[in-house]
Amino acid sequence: MKNWLFLIPILPLIGFIINGLLGKRLPKSGVGFLGTSVVVGSFLLSYITFNEVCTTGLEINQTVYTWMQIGSLKFDISFLADQLSTQMMLIITGIGALIHLYSIGYMHEDEGFYKFFAYLNLFIFSMLLLVMGGNYLLLFFGWEGVGLCSFLLIGFWYQNLEYGKAARKAFIMNRIGDLGLMLGLFLLLQHAGSLDYKMVFSSLNTLSTEKASLIGLLLFVGATGKSAQLPLYTWLPDAMAGPTPVSALIHAATMVTAGIYLIVRSSALYSMIPDVLNIIGYVGLATALFSGLIAIRQNDIKKVLAYSTVSQLGFMFVALGVGAYSTAMFHLTTHAFFKALMFLGSGSVIHAMGGEQDIRKMGGLAKKLKITHVTFLIGTLAIIGFPLTSGFFSKDEILAKVYEHSPVMWGLLLLASAITAIYMLRMFFLTFYGNFRGTHEQEHHLHESPITMTLPLMILAVLSLVGGFLNVPEFITTGGDHLHHWLSLIVYIPSEHALTSETEWLLMGIASGIALIILTASYITYVKRKSLAVSDDSLKGIQKWMNHKFYVDELYHYLIQKPIEAASTLGYNIIDRGIIDGLVNMTGKGVEKSGNLLRRIQNGNVEFYLLYMVIGIILLLVFKFVL
Amino acid sequence: MELILIPLLFAFVQFFLKGRTATWAALVSTLVTLGITIGYITQYSMDGSMITLIDEAWIPWVGVRFTLAYDGISLMMVLLTNLALPFILLASWDRNYGQSPLYLGLVLIMQSALLGVFLAQDGILFYVFWELALIPIYFISAIWGGENKNRITLKFFIYTFFGSIFMLVGMILWMAYGNANNGFSWMSLVAAQLPKDIALYALLGFSLAFAIKMPLFPFHTWQPDTYTTAPAGGTMLLSGIMLKMGLFGFIKWALPLVPQVEADILHWLMLLAVIGIVYGSIIAIKQNDMKRLIAFSSMAHVGLIAAGIFTNSIEGIQGALIQMLNHGITVIGLFFVIDIIDRRMETRELTLLSGIAKKAPVFAVLTLIIVMGSVAVPLTNGFVGEFVLLKSIFDQNQVFGIVAGLTIIFCAVYLLRMFQFSLLGPESNHQDKFTPLTWAEGIGLGAICFFILWIGVNPDPFFGLTEKSVERTLTLFHSFNTIKP
Repeated sequence: MKNWLFLIPILPLIGFIINGLLGKRLPKSGVGFLGTSVVVGSFLLSYITFNEVCTTGLEINQTVYTWMQIGSLKFDISFLADQLSTQMMLIITGIGALIHLYSIGYMHEDEGFYKFFAYLNLFIFSMLLLVMGGNYLLLFFGWEGVGLCSFLLIGFWYQNLEYGKAARKAFIMNRIGDLGLMLGLFLLLQHAGSLDYKMVFSSLNTLSTEKASLIGLLLFVGATGKSAQLPLYTWLPDAMAGPTPVSALIHAATMVTAGIYLIVRSSALYSMIPDVLNIIGYVGLATALFSGLIAIRQNDIKKVLAYSTVSQLGFMFVALGVGAYSTAMFHLTTHAFFKALMFLGSGSVIHAMGGEQDIRKMGGLAKKLKITHVTFLIGTLAIIGFPLTSGFFSKDEILAKVYEHSPVMWGLLLLASAITAIYMLRMFFLTFYGNFRGTHEQEHHLHESPITMTLPLMILAVLSLVGGFLNVPEFITTGGDHLHHWLSLIVYIPSEHALTSETEWLLMGIASGIALIILTASYITYVKRKSLAVSDDSLKGIQKWMNHKFYVDELYHYLIQKPIEAASTLGYNIIDRGIIDGLVNMTGKGVEKSGNLLRRIQNGNVEFYLLYMVIGIILLLVFKFVL
Repeated sequence: MELILIPLLFAFVQFFLKGRTATWAALVSTLVTLGITIGYITQYSMDGSMITLIDEAWIPWVGVRFTLAYDGISLMMVLLTNLALPFILLASWDRNYGQSPLYLGLVLIMQSALLGVFLAQDGILFYVFWELALIPIYFISAIWGGENKNRITLKFFIYTFFGSIFMLVGMILWMAYGNANNGFSWMSLVAAQLPKDIALYALLGFSLAFAIKMPLFPFHTWQPDTYTTAPAGGTMLLSGIMLKMGLFGFIKWALPLVPQVEADILHWLMLLAVIGIVYGSIIAIKQNDMKRLIAFSSMAHVGLIAAGIFTNSIEGIQGALIQMLNHGITVIGLFFVIDIIDRRMETRELTLLSGIAKKAPVFAVLTLIIVMGSVAVPLTNGFVGEFVLLKSIFDQNQVFGIVAGLTIIFCAVYLLRMFQFSLLGPESNHQDKFTPLTWAEGIGLGAICFFILWIGVNPDPFFGLTEKSVERTLTLFHSFNTIKP
């Protein structure tokens, strides 16, 4: 495996190149088959790698070539497969392959079909670089690469300028975070003289706490950009402009979790700086609550899911904040299953509704879209933490770890979890139950999606159901926490269990109880009483603010974008043209008046000057060197 | 020596040619010089040694010698010049002036002068080539330029000429006070010991000349106008190669004076460079004329390169050298793209353009690669230089490093805006005007994209070219500093 580790990211790159160059001339089936099979190939290779790491317990390294050497600094293109990266690789290529398969059906009518698959392959390549790189530089390559792919895919329907704007916003907001990450890397380089993980981590014992904190914060700034946390989250809801498979793959399951990966990868650093971890926890908690509140009053099915993703990522950061790295990775994994499932499900719904995304105009789809309905139900149950689903275990573990840390934070996170149940169930019931509220034409066209689309839904539904058994808590089954053990080999694990199993049972009971109560209440409200979302205009007070996303976009617009644009226009007209150039011209005029010499250059025959010049130079040279 | 003579010879031949023959002759000439350059590079030992091409007495009574020699640093600049030239000719291939023997002759003379600047090892010879390079570009802009060409090119000419005079004065001071017996030879000037105030005057003189040429904020106001009005080929010569005269000049001719001066000139210059990065970036955001937009963007990018040089560190200068090559390739690509659009749509205004990608998908992809090179996405050439430059600046001064780092955000803002507004969006009515790319355009853009990706994926050989030379040069400057009385 050691010598062909590089094949895992290279396969999708090959897919990208072939589809990008020749895709236009290939039949759609060929494009789809190639695009999907390279990712399946990567998945199989990832699985073999995973097995090897599993059996030997050792990481696998491969250095391909030296990218750059400057002074004493050396940067290698090198790959690393350890417990953490193989887990990410399986998620990326596994879910990636399913979403490629789904896209064959979903994008079939699109004239940019080949381009779509090329971009998706490029994304998988970049994402694999990010998680497989053996150093922070390669992580940064992938980090920016996924940002580029995200830009290309959000703006995939490029004739719509609004979509283009969303794509630009995503890229720019990510770059704000990237600057933080880059500065953090510079500080690491200053200290360790290398960006290689091993070199960096082995040098940490000589790093001062202040500098470590600064580095930790800067890397976290990068993470807030990529993983859409406060205050850099507003690009993610807009990113829903992209085709739905993109939302599922990039903006739910994989790319947005890169920030979590970065911090877990750097756990050795973060474990030195509990204050920074606290900040991460608070930011995550604030994001989880804030975006959850916004999600309650959104009516676009994809927007609800987008805010939900922001909120769930917040949960993961809370877990990181209390030092529970493996717990964050657990929730990352289950979330990848159920959120990808629900995004693909929403794609199936939108497909059936002929492009309609407003849940107020849906209703009763359960009858017509049977597979979509059942699988979506499983996803919803998983995210609200219905007992024994995957989300139940992972969310419960976060709550338990947070309780150990601070009961107040636990209470707030429980609230966020309740809010999750509220908005998800509202969306689910409004979409699939009650009477159909769309047009006649839409009703006539309602149909279940083709097998290429429903098969991924079914597989993801199974994973969403049973994914929790990856990591059953210790107090239920001894030795059930496989993932925890798996990651404990490389990730820093804080002091063990402070909670008694009675407390853990109690916490679990409270969380499940709340989920069940909200489930019942929502069922009564939306299905029995058929309450509908009130019109946006009649909303008042906090609800209106929630509906308007707390006016954060407007705030950024007037606080950041407008002033910079004004500075650009005024700077050009007044400072540049007016003051600076004015001074230059004044000086020029003065010189001109006194001398009036140079003006004469303008006059005369150009050809004459030239010929004179060339002959002059040649004569000068000949005179010197020939004679 | 043949590097300088071949372009001159072909420039002379131009006077007897007409039309396409002239264009082909010019292209052959640039390909020959590129071939020779590659020969030099492959034969170069990469140990930082100086290879003399020619060394003869020239004007003996003032001690001026005709000395041309190269080390890795010069080779990088020669590579930039000779690699850029074929692209510049391909870019004007389908323009009327591209077939004018006069235009082609001027371009070739320009090439010769630029090579002279990068190879000269004698102060006065350097100055002569420096001024010589100004004349052809002046005529190119003044003859084939656009609106207000006379006023703008004259201002450009006077402004840069004005700066150069200070360099000449500095050069003479340097020689007269430090090296009266040995003339203007670079090696002996570098070793010369100057009185502190004289060293300061000389350094300020050089700095002014180079700052205007780069251009460094606030000496830049000639640049947007000149870039905008000059024909595409002229803009490419200016932005792709000529402004690097200032950057290269600073490394070779100004840095040796720095240790002799007490005032921290580099700190103040770096401040100007960093201001220029943010200033140029912010102004680029709302520009509507694509050429002017790229002019301000180029100002920001050059500010970053200059700031790297002002760190006076191996990393900063290495980063600057590779970024000069990268910026040359990328900015020529951008102006190429703009000219392709301008020629077909007869406008460069972003508000008047839309949806070209629909009609020309391949062109859109090539443009995207060039834009990404300029935005400095990893695995493109732009990232390589930007990463090293930002690191070197950050290592020296964290505040400057952070402010300079804003370029990675702003650059995305204005270039993505330009890309989306011109190529994406709904189809416009005039779209049929966008005829398919000609072979010259296709080959030109394709090759530019190839270099953007190649340097991005495997930059190490390019660093290797300059590494030892930079180390050697800086050690040289430093060693003479330590014998200061």
